[in-house]
Amino acid sequence: MAELTDGPFPPGRYELLVVGSGPGALQLAYSLRALGIEHAVISEDPAPGGMFRRWPIFQRMLSWTKPFAEHERGSTAYERYDWNSLLADEESSRAIMPSVMDGTSYFPSRPEMERGLVSFAERTGLKVRYGCRWEETRKLEGGDFALETTDGEYRAPTVVFAVGVAQPWRPAVLADKDVQQYGDMRPAESYRDRRVFIAGKQNSGFEIASGLLSWARQIVLASPSPAQLSVATRSLVGVRARYVQPYEDWALAGGVVILDASIESVEREGGVFHVTTKSAHEDHPRHFEVDDLIAATGFVCPLRDLPDLGVATFGQSRLPAQTPFWRSVTMDGIYFAGTIMQGSQGLRKHGIPSNSGAVQGYRYNARVLARHIAEEKFGKKRTRRSLRPDAVVPYLLAEASRGPELWHQRSYLARVVSIDASEGIADEGIQPLAHFVDDVQGPDAVAIALEANGKEDPYPNVYIRQRGAVREQRLAPADPLLDYQQDLYVRQLSSILTPILARDLTRATQ
Amino acid sequence: MDVRQDVVDILSGFALFADLSTPELENIVQSFGEVYFAEGERVIRQGLTATGFYVIVEGAATISVGGKERTGLRPGDFFGEISCLLGEPPTADIIAQKALRCLVLAPGALEEFLVTNPHVMYRVLQGEARKLRTTTRWLS
Repeated sequence: MAELTDGPFPPGRYELLVVGSGPGALQLAYSLRALGIEHAVISEDPAPGGMFRRWPIFQRMLSWTKPFAEHERGSTAYERYDWNSLLADEESSRAIMPSVMDGTSYFPSRPEMERGLVSFAERTGLKVRYGCRWEETRKLEGGDFALETTDGEYRAPTVVFAVGVAQPWRPAVLADKDVQQYGDMRPAESYRDRRVFIAGKQNSGFEIASGLLSWARQIVLASPSPAQLSVATRSLVGVRARYVQPYEDWALAGGVVILDASIESVEREGGVFHVTTKSAHEDHPRHFEVDDLIAATGFVCPLRDLPDLGVATFGQSRLPAQTPFWRSVTMDGIYFAGTIMQGSQGLRKHGIPSNSGAVQGYRYNARVLARHIAEEKFGKKRTRRSLRPDAVVPYLLAEASRGPELWHQRSYLARVVSIDASEGIADEGIQPLAHFVDDVQGPDAVAIALEANGKEDPYPNVYIRQRGAVREQRLAPADPLLDYQQDLYVRQLSSILTPILARDLTRATQ
Repeated sequence: MDVRQDVVDILSGFALFADLSTPELENIVQSFGEVYFAEGERVIRQGLTATGFYVIVEGAATISVGGKERTGLRPGDFFGEISCLLGEPPTADIIAQKALRCLVLAPGALEEFLVTNPHVMYRVLQGEARKLRTTTRWLS
């Protein structure tokens, strides 16, 4: 038992338990501690980093950190250009990523990303009980959850799972044990002069194809629907530019084959796979003879027994369905952090999902979640900053121009200012937009979010809630320099808000 | 077959997709997103723009106009198409009556989807005709 009492957070009862030690868990733990919320953190890994301790398999991130940007490193505005650092209040722990990168690329290498996360944990002094594997979950009478772990039983009424969405999934047709999968591939040079068939045309499939372009004799990428490109959708939907080289190779007839077809059957004969595909556009199947077959067919959330306990899941990734504040919709007391937060989908305006699947999105969610848990579970009321009426318009436009939460979580997180006749005007902080528009009991308020529609530059969209009814009004036109503090926008927002603010002033002075 | 068979099987039973081959259904499963709504949650909000074209896979929903419930929706039914086609905010709330699982297509993708799947477009038109008939009955 000496070992059990040596590390932090030995088994026992806690008011709040966080499971995980990737960036999502670290950001949440930091944010909880900043609010003075006692909690325990356990992780099966031996050190911080989560999936970035191993992946991406070709050892470089697809999200950037710009070492030089328009705003000073460590400033809030700089976060728009640094997609990979975690957030901290103290200057010494901010913008860590550019300080650990060697300058050869603005995409951090995987080891640099891991080093950045380890540095964050060290500099902030975050405590995690490492090597403690969550294995089983029970709901106890009285409301606690019991988590059986390799170190013993943990009990807590509130548990946050930040365990990633990084368990590779493959369909039954690719069940053969010799079908490789993202994460268990051989070194790239071992594919020298071989024919490679990749099932899947999302980022993981194109990452593999990019990594093998200089080795494989032939590369075939196949899945039923056409590949989308992020540069075309102007969002994180689609294959990112870092991995688009195989697409150009195909488009210019360079040898790569990209098929819109499903795999009907796979047969193995010695070291050769016979793959049969069927396309919606052709009346005959196609047959391929290849040396390697790789499944890049997506990832699922490793929720263990939580679905059996009653946690509803959906979609191919089996994400838990979540409220706007990332609580399981079917299990009170269970929350999620990190990339699993993409299961709380928000408004999906113009079909564009949140960026909650990536560090630059969920790091802000974590701060909102920490504050929500502090209020809802620990009764810790937030202090609201009062605003003068004439400060509201410049403040909201400054947020639309430089607020990193709005930049990275478009139409998902919003800056909210309440306008209440009795309590005055107050900054309510960052809130999930879906919560704002559906909170019919909430005070009269205005929210500003950045909206992307896949065609124009992002533009501010304003939501006004009065007596429970919400209407929206966009500011136009979108500005190519993304500066929404110009007179044009000041006038528009003033005309939207002046009647509401004037009414409030009138009532407040009566 | 390398997509989720369970969803393909469900779609194959819907009138909307009755004329499609299995590869075409698989394409739909991959092209559409999947979303989940808890009981009481709003899927589409009256007056708020840029929603999407939804097809109910499981569960039930209610159409509510100005807070007044109008009619119900069930698996195989679709909604959101009017807002997508006209580029205007929805004229009704759609609220999950019980846990609701839908496939969803971005508003900007609906035109291309319908043009490349004329049989689905015909089925959508049939649905619109039924809605028009119902509305006419309300008005009369």
